[in-house]
This record gives sequence, structure tokens and C-alpha cells, in this order.
Amino acid sequence: MTPALELQPAPGAAPVSRMIAAQAAAETRSLLRNGEQLLLTLIIPLLLLAAFSLEPLVSFGGGISRIDFMTPGVMALAVMSTAFTSQAIATGFERRYGVLKRLGATPLSRGGLITAKTTTVIAVELLQVVLIVVVGLIIGWRPHASLAAIVVVPLLIALGTAAFSGLALAMAGALRAEATLAAANLVYIVLLGVGGVIFPLTKFPAGARHFFELLPTGALSTGLRSVLAYHVQFPVGNAVTLLVWAVAMIAVAARVFRWE
Amino acid sequence: MNIPAVEISGLIKRYGQITAVDGLTLTAARGAVTAILGPNGAGKTSTIEICEGYRRPDLGTIRVLGMEPGSGALRPRVGVMLQSGGIPPAVPAAEFLTLLSRFHAHPMDPVALLDMVGLTPVARTPYKRLSGGQQQRLSLAAAIVGRPELVFLDEPTAGMDPQARHATWELITALRAAGVSVILTTHFMDEAERLSDHVAIIDHGRMVAEGTPGELTGSAGQLRFRADPGLDLDGLVAALPPGSAAKESPAGHYVIEVIRGGVDPTLLATVTAWCAERGVLANSLRIESRTLEDVFLELTGRELRT
Repeated sequence: MTPALELQPAPGAAPVSRMIAAQAAAETRSLLRNGEQLLLTLIIPLLLLAAFSLEPLVSFGGGISRIDFMTPGVMALAVMSTAFTSQAIATGFERRYGVLKRLGATPLSRGGLITAKTTTVIAVELLQVVLIVVVGLIIGWRPHASLAAIVVVPLLIALGTAAFSGLALAMAGALRAEATLAAANLVYIVLLGVGGVIFPLTKFPAGARHFFELLPTGALSTGLRSVLAYHVQFPVGNAVTLLVWAVAMIAVAARVFRWE
Repeated sequence: MNIPAVEISGLIKRYGQITAVDGLTLTAARGAVTAILGPNGAGKTSTIEICEGYRRPDLGTIRVLGMEPGSGALRPRVGVMLQSGGIPPAVPAAEFLTLLSRFHAHPMDPVALLDMVGLTPVARTPYKRLSGGQQQRLSLAAAIVGRPELVFLDEPTAGMDPQARHATWELITALRAAGVSVILTTHFMDEAERLSDHVAIIDHGRMVAEGTPGELTGSAGQLRFRADPGLDLDGLVAALPPGSAAKESPAGHYVIEVIRGGVDPTLLATVTAWCAERGVLANSLRIESRTLEDVFLELTGRELRT
């Protein structure tokens, strides 16, 4: 038996906060439902943290323990995987499937949609950081940081998130979904290798090292490591690098993004 | 309420060398079902997507509920059903409908709506595993969940089996009865004929005819019957309204054609009375009108479904 439905028009948008919360919850559910995304954002970083901390696969100097080196690097990797790789792939396919187009006809504005996406990214990053910190502490990570880290670490992560999100949306908004998938994974692998995540950038020749530190992953991992392993109050150079990337990538994304 | 649902004036849309919409002017009344009927490639989707705010016209003015298409103030008032896609493949039917309901102030209950469109058994099924017809019904439900004043339905019954098509027709009829304005595109003439208050037949981006289904098809009605051959038809024609014609072709098969106004009760009574006076029993008596298919064929020289 079909219950009687009120078909009479009663139009009206929900409050913006409710729309954003609903969209962010839907995006988070989609992400958690997707096995590949979970692998990318949670399982790979935690496996790398455990494997490379417990086994002497990589040797490095610098006078800090392996886990003290690894934990900030894996945090940077986690931020990249969520804000860049995962977001680029998801958005690329949303565009391909007409989801962005369809949402464009709802009361949820484009600004609201981007806010919802950012909220989702931040929520996943929080989960990642908590897990990385807990697993790190269990393995034996001991941060060597000043009190300023409580503010500086979230700030660096926020700047990195903005830079990676800009890059993700620029890619997803301009390329075909398959090209985005391929390019996002390629960039992920390359920056995993040369982003100071598990291989110390100090192992590279000086020229290469300076270049890699100017990439967003290198800037984020080096900055986090300075704060969490070397007691640096505020890594100005890395923060400025991330800020420049963030402004540039968001500007590019705003220019090239196509909703259909 | 004098503002029309949609007002299109002199609309031109080009894609490179191709002119998809070529000077279309169309007004869709409030609270009515308006069908844009035409073959594939006639410019139906271009027209409806311009009204939805997805595409910009090259020329012409478009007002939707008196406003600029796609504007923020308009979006809560308008429901949209795309021709295909728009729903994430992995998301279950109920979840998508619930999400869209949360964007609105006074939405329908998504559970009840899902039931109304017959999707309760597949509420937890991801969109990509639904059949084509089920996907269409979910898309239709998503268009109306926010209780809009106006809905745009782009080929709403494409890919549906006959049962689902009839259920969709009932829903569209119920929406109209509730005061919702409906603009739909279709290349099914029976759909346009059954549902619409107003039909706009377009071809090559131009309007070829518009009016109520009755106006479009009924202006040249026919009355057919069988009787003994050799009736004196001159006498019959004299009794009919001017402009009527009668012929016997083949023997014993009589056709009375009315150019204006169609076959009305008076005409039927006149014919049967004339037969009765002569002791003639009219067998297989039936009234026929042209279909929109015939109208399209006459106007363009082509079949609607090609």
C-alpha cells in the first residue's frame, strides 16, 4: 500500500549548514565504502609506518630513531593521499558520472559543495592523524617538539591540505576521469619516493634535495619532521612553500575546473 | 500566478557549425504539463538544459518562473531529472534520495516516495545495479523530493517497461493535479498525447506545431462505418456541416471526414439519424483522429521515431 504523499509544491532550501553537513556525511560514507580509497588513505600509510619503522629497510643518519623519522613523513603521506589522490579520483569520477552536474541543480551551492568536500577531507585527516599517532606511540615514537607544535602541526597540515586540494580539483576538473585516476596515482607514487616520506631527502644530491623540498609533499614532510623530530618552533621556509602552492593551485583550479 | 512556468523567446543555441536550437519561442503555463516532442537530435535536451541553467543560449531570452535560469533563488523551486546519470554508481537508492531531501526545507518523506515509485525492494541497492527503468524512477523521485513548483523531466520514461511507464504517467498526472508545473521532453507521441496540456513539436531546433493534443490531432477527424454498398452520399454530405466530405472506399466502407472541429456528438447523431431514416445499420462505427505521429509526418515528411 502506497502511503499518501504530499505532492503540493512547498519549495525551500534547507539551512546552508544542514546541506553542507548532509553532503559531507554522504562524501565520508562514500569514501569509507570504497575499499581502494581506504587502502590508499589508511592502510598504506599505517603499513609503511609499521614496516619501515620495525625493519631496517632504509638506513639514514641524522641522529633520530627510525620511528621518529617515519611518523612525520607518514603524516605528510596521509595528508597527500586524502587531500590530493583520493579527492582527485573521487571528484574526477563524480564529474564523469554527472554527479557534479546533478548537484548543481540542487539548492546546495558550489561553495557549499566545496565546503562539504573540505570538511570530509579534514575529518578523514583527523582520523588518519589519530591512527598514525596511536600506532607510532605503540611502536615507540617519542616526539621531540616544542609546545608550539600544537598550533604549528595543524597549520602545516592545513596549508598542505589546501595545496593538495587545489591540485586535486585542478586535475579532476580539467582531465578525463581515467586520466585523473592515472595521473593522481602516478603523482602519489613519485611523491612517495621523492617527498621525504620514507626515504630521507638528505640521501639525494643537494640540488635534487632542494628541488624536492620545494614540492608540496617534501615541504610538508620536512616541515612536520622539523617540528616533531628536531624541536623547530616554526619551519618558515616550508610553510611559505606550502602557502605559495596553496594559493597557486587554488587559483589554477578555479580557472580550469569544469563542472561537466 | 500570471508568470508562466517557462518563457522562451527567440532561443538560438549553436555547437560549432551545428545549430541545435534555431529561434524557438515557447511559453509553458503554470500548473500545466508541457511536452516538447520531437525526434532524436531535434534540440529537446539543449532547450531543457538551457532552462535548467546548464547551458547558455547564444541568443534569445529565457525566464523560468520569471527568473534567470539556474539562479540560486530558483534552484529550491525547480526539480530536475537529467536524461541519464547524475547519481553516484555506488550509492544505494534510498541514501541518494535521503541526501537530496536534506537540501530542502519541506521535503517529501524519502521512504514513502521510494515506495511510491516502486523502489522499496531495491532501497539498499547501489545505483549501478538498478535496471535502466529503476534508475529512471530514482532520478524522477530525486527531481520531486524537494516539493518543487516546477519540474524538468528529460525523457522521463526512456528505458522503462510498460508497467513502469504507466506508473510514471500516473505520478506526472498526480503532480499536475497537485499544482506542479511539468516540462518534459519525449519522443513518444502517446506519452505527449496522454499527459500534456500543451505539446510543442520541434524538429531541427524549430517549432513545427504547438497546441493541445486535441488541437494538433483533432482538427481533421474521421468517422468510419460499414454498411451495404452504394449509399447515396450526396444526401448525407448535404446534412453535414460545411467542409465535410464523405466517400465510399472500398465498397461498403464509408469514411466521413471533417476538416474543422473534429467529429462531435452532433455529427455522430446526424450520421446515425440519416442511416436510421434509410433503414441502414452502420456497422463497425468508429471515430478516428490523427495521432501526433501523423501530425509530425505531415508537417515534416518524416517519421517521429527514426
